[in-house]
Amino acid sequence: MNLHINQLTKQFPQNNGPPVTVLDQIELQMKEGEFVSLLGPSGCGKSTLLSLIAGLKQPTSGTMWLGDKQIIKPSPDKGVVFQEAALFPWLNVQDNVIFPLRKTMNKKQRNERANFFLQKVQLGKYVHHYPHELSGGMQQRVAIARVLAMNPKLLLMDEPFGALDEQTRNVLQRELETIWIEANKTIVFVTHSIREAVKLSDRVILMGARPGRIIADFKVNLERPRKQADMAPLEEKVMSLLKAEIDKVMKEELSYANSH
Amino acid sequence: MRTVIKRFLFFLLLILIWQGIAALKIWPESMIPSPAAVGKSLFEGFKDFTLIYDIVASFRHLLIGLFLSILIGTALGFLLAKSKTADETIGTLVLALQSVPSIVWVPLAIIWFGFGEISIIFVVVIGGTFVMTMNIRTGIKNVKPLFIDAAQTMGSNGFDLFWKVTLPASIPHAVTGLRLAWAFSWRALMAAELLSTGPGLGYTLSYASDFNNMSLVIGIIIIIGFIGSFVDQLVFQKIEQKVLTRWGLQST
Repeated sequence: MNLHINQLTKQFPQNNGPPVTVLDQIELQMKEGEFVSLLGPSGCGKSTLLSLIAGLKQPTSGTMWLGDKQIIKPSPDKGVVFQEAALFPWLNVQDNVIFPLRKTMNKKQRNERANFFLQKVQLGKYVHHYPHELSGGMQQRVAIARVLAMNPKLLLMDEPFGALDEQTRNVLQRELETIWIEANKTIVFVTHSIREAVKLSDRVILMGARPGRIIADFKVNLERPRKQADMAPLEEKVMSLLKAEIDKVMKEELSYANSH
Repeated sequence: MRTVIKRFLFFLLLILIWQGIAALKIWPESMIPSPAAVGKSLFEGFKDFTLIYDIVASFRHLLIGLFLSILIGTALGFLLAKSKTADETIGTLVLALQSVPSIVWVPLAIIWFGFGEISIIFVVVIGGTFVMTMNIRTGIKNVKPLFIDAAQTMGSNGFDLFWKVTLPASIPHAVTGLRLAWAFSWRALMAAELLSTGPGLGYTLSYASDFNNMSLVIGIIIIIGFIGSFVDQLVFQKIEQKVLTRWGLQST
């Protein structure tokens, strides 16, 4: 399902002074099955943009369309994986995956479906465990299984591997790539890691801060699974652009600090 | 196991010191009865079932009162968590009432309901309700926004969201509320029973005091302390530990 974002602006009101513009006139088109990364320095509004697409926040102006349906509120056709696994601690692993399936499937169907996706993320043996008994990486796997079981048209991921250690992150990146190739889902993936963005996505959208906006849109035409050597030139290109943006933000912050 | 031995030795030492002081006979038996005398009155009380009746009666008051205060407290807590106006008005009142020791209500209860069991239960309910209310309120208000967001993206909203997410997410606070409600109610119960016409542990305590039977007074104090800590540690703390671990708020 195509995703269209038109003239999307988000402002947050302030107690004293004019509202802060977090996202300014964002224009973005995504094709079905595309893996798109939103990359940018902190404060560029990439997570806010994701929340808006998820329907968890309301834009100040502009519209978003998933296919021919306007996005106005959260719904199961837009699955979200958050930075924290967001599993319900009072439910075991299986019941967590079943949560979005409760209303649409009978018991046998949803159990089978939950177990199928848990096996897919290599947690087939942990269906009856509780979240607190799992490591951070395993919890995030459950969250991915849960969102896949829901079969959303659009998969939104907000720095899903950001809180994990390097090894776990690499493993999960590879798993996600495999799953994405198999399931052919449209994915919007928020990250602050250039390598992660280049490694996984078809397109890298580079965002700048103050106000949050799109400053570049790179196509990544490299063969999967991607090799470090192939990725290096693009990574450097992104890096130089990102560095300029970060320098600008730092300068602004410094002058702001000095003038106050 | 070591803790058990340490505890046993500590209490043994305490009893020996107590026995030593009583044996010096500086104060009369009616002021400092010996441990043996206390043991004897406890034994006799249990033998002729009077203390058993008292304990049963006290537990009846407590359970009815605690049940009512959990019911009222939970309902009131929901209201305060869900309605801002209620929180700003009734919430302030609840906070004020929470700081009033429940014994203060005893004279009023006696005027309204007489010296019987209804008065006692009334005071117990007052004792337990407000702490339960505040904990339910906090529990519901402090549900992680992440849980709500996640549930909404999975198609849960309205009553389903409240029943399947908000409610279970607030259980740790509810369990703490339950434990505190028990502790507050137990104290309120004893205060109310002291001025009642019995039966009940508090009533028998004040009765024994009227007849200068200090060994029974101390015996009942020991029973009250024992039951209080026993229920707290073996029932409520166990439940609380289990819930906190499962909810990932405490490592095992």
